[in-house]
Amino acid sequence: MKKVGNHTSISRIIMFCLAFSLSFSLSVFAQDAAPADAAAAPADAAGADAGAGDPAKGKELFNTLCAACHKLDAKATGPALRNVAEKHDREWLYSWIKNSSAMIKAGDPVAVKLFNENNQAVMTPFPQLSNQDIDNILAYTSQPAEVPTIAPTTGGSPVAADNGINNVLILGALVLVLVVLIVMLALVNKTLKRVAAANGIEVEKPESSVSLWQAYAKNQFLVLVTAILLLLSASYFLYGYLMQIGVDQGYEPIQPIHFSHKIHAGDNGIDCKYCHSSARVSKHSGIPSLNVCMNCHKNIAEFQGDKDSTYVEYSKEFYTAEIQKLYDAVGWDKSTQTYTGKQKPVKWVRIHNLPDFVYFNHAQHVSVAGVECQTCHGPVETFEIMKQHSSLTMGWCINCHRETDVKIEGNAYYEKIHDELAKKYGVTKLTAANMGGTECGKCHY
Amino acid sequence: MRAFYRTALLVVAASGLTACFNKKEPNYQYFPNMYEAVPYETYSEVSAFPNGKEGQYPAQGSIPRGFTPYEYPNTNEGYEMAKANLKSPLDSASVDLPQGEQLYTIYCAICHGDKGDGKGTLVKREKFLGVPNYKDRQITEGSVFHVITYGLNSMGSHANQLSQEERWQVTSYVLKLRSEL
Repeated sequence: MKKVGNHTSISRIIMFCLAFSLSFSLSVFAQDAAPADAAAAPADAAGADAGAGDPAKGKELFNTLCAACHKLDAKATGPALRNVAEKHDREWLYSWIKNSSAMIKAGDPVAVKLFNENNQAVMTPFPQLSNQDIDNILAYTSQPAEVPTIAPTTGGSPVAADNGINNVLILGALVLVLVVLIVMLALVNKTLKRVAAANGIEVEKPESSVSLWQAYAKNQFLVLVTAILLLLSASYFLYGYLMQIGVDQGYEPIQPIHFSHKIHAGDNGIDCKYCHSSARVSKHSGIPSLNVCMNCHKNIAEFQGDKDSTYVEYSKEFYTAEIQKLYDAVGWDKSTQTYTGKQKPVKWVRIHNLPDFVYFNHAQHVSVAGVECQTCHGPVETFEIMKQHSSLTMGWCINCHRETDVKIEGNAYYEKIHDELAKKYGVTKLTAANMGGTECGKCHY
Repeated sequence: MRAFYRTALLVVAASGLTACFNKKEPNYQYFPNMYEAVPYETYSEVSAFPNGKEGQYPAQGSIPRGFTPYEYPNTNEGYEMAKANLKSPLDSASVDLPQGEQLYTIYCAICHGDKGDGKGTLVKREKFLGVPNYKDRQITEGSVFHVITYGLNSMGSHANQLSQEERWQVTSYVLKLRSEL
């Protein structure tokens, strides 16, 4: 009676394997192509840029020092830096990068204009960089933009789409074959009858089944056994149906923004409590407010995907559009990197919802008992779409209270009580139930 | 022909029953008025307030119990002032480094790295670039607290995830990491 999807469908597994192997092979090609691009790029850069720096070294420096605030092709905290070497004089750039605030204080008109254009954010001075280092960085920023064909994830979605079409095609073909077979059988039957009629053979009519029914109805023992069997099976299914009323196990609603726990908590390994921070300290685990999303997504405006993951279900564009939904809700203009103030609340659909007559406290379980989030919520870090993993019934709660040992070590304050309780129940390990975890009033009041 | 009708009826009934099992919708509830709260639930929509939300801002000017007003503004000058003048209210006895480490691991290590070397998981996976090594930056306890509270450049504010006291615990752990780099 559980409402759980058909996760182990064989065709899906086969399709997934196919998609996985295909995307893997694509990524292998991508790996081959990348060094070729990289090799071609320095030649271009050297030709275009007389300042002559090493773009490979520049990339390293750029990623460690500049990328916190600058992107190559989009405005971040600071302006986009692609081809910045053509916009300013080389000597001006040297002194700006080494100490920009001194230039602003000295009243350099270009510097002051730039400072005001970028929300008056102060750029960290980098006196440790030599002119050669800066040449390297500028050589990197002067590289032409790569045409984004190397990402393996872009290969993933078309493959998946092909598989979807193939799936439908195969099914359609099978149905067609079946229909043809039935029609053929009917035709053969008809022809045979005609042949029989032509030859004057009378086809025997099948014996009427009514006599069998009558025989059955007369046998009272058989009728009784069938009745009992029917009653038993009916009550079994009725019981099953009644017991799942109010249980939302497997509930998987469509959320206003497609948030993948798999990408955030699984692939990127962000701690659950980073976003659900109030689970540590309060009754509620808390739905993160959008400023928590913006802690990272201020900087991450588009989905990049990964070499080690396969995103076969959704395309890169789909994920990027979902990030845009976040920006619309929180009122963030990514072209000017400012908040517009036009917000609209995201109406998340609540999944885990205990009845009103039960008290449950997250802090008690997460901080005091030290229970892992996954114990109740399941392997959320593998869920592309969030769903209710556990049944959240009372039997389920009580079971865990009976089986879970309490960590009593290093808790000097309660040592005496723990000792007395252990003696009373004659056990060495106390469970939550021993400490009153099954008393009605602990959760219902 | 009657047998045909009977089968058809059974098929319709069976599909009708199974069609109810839709995992996109919540299940039926027995006595829903015992399930649904009479008072407003957290995050719920209510008609009582003009913006229709249960979650409201506290009255202007009110401060929570145990809260110390933070005087330094979220500007470049405020940052410099906090860096120079702000001192931790925690004495050596109340610094709880295990707690600081725990909180640092949850909230900071994902970018700044477990050792504070700027090589967290997000940096290694090239999602977030340019996170500095603590050693490379001139930071004081005042500036660390100020930046956790307000954020700086690409880093956002973590004031709603960490209380003031927790922020000071993290600050002392950050300075410990910096001294070990």
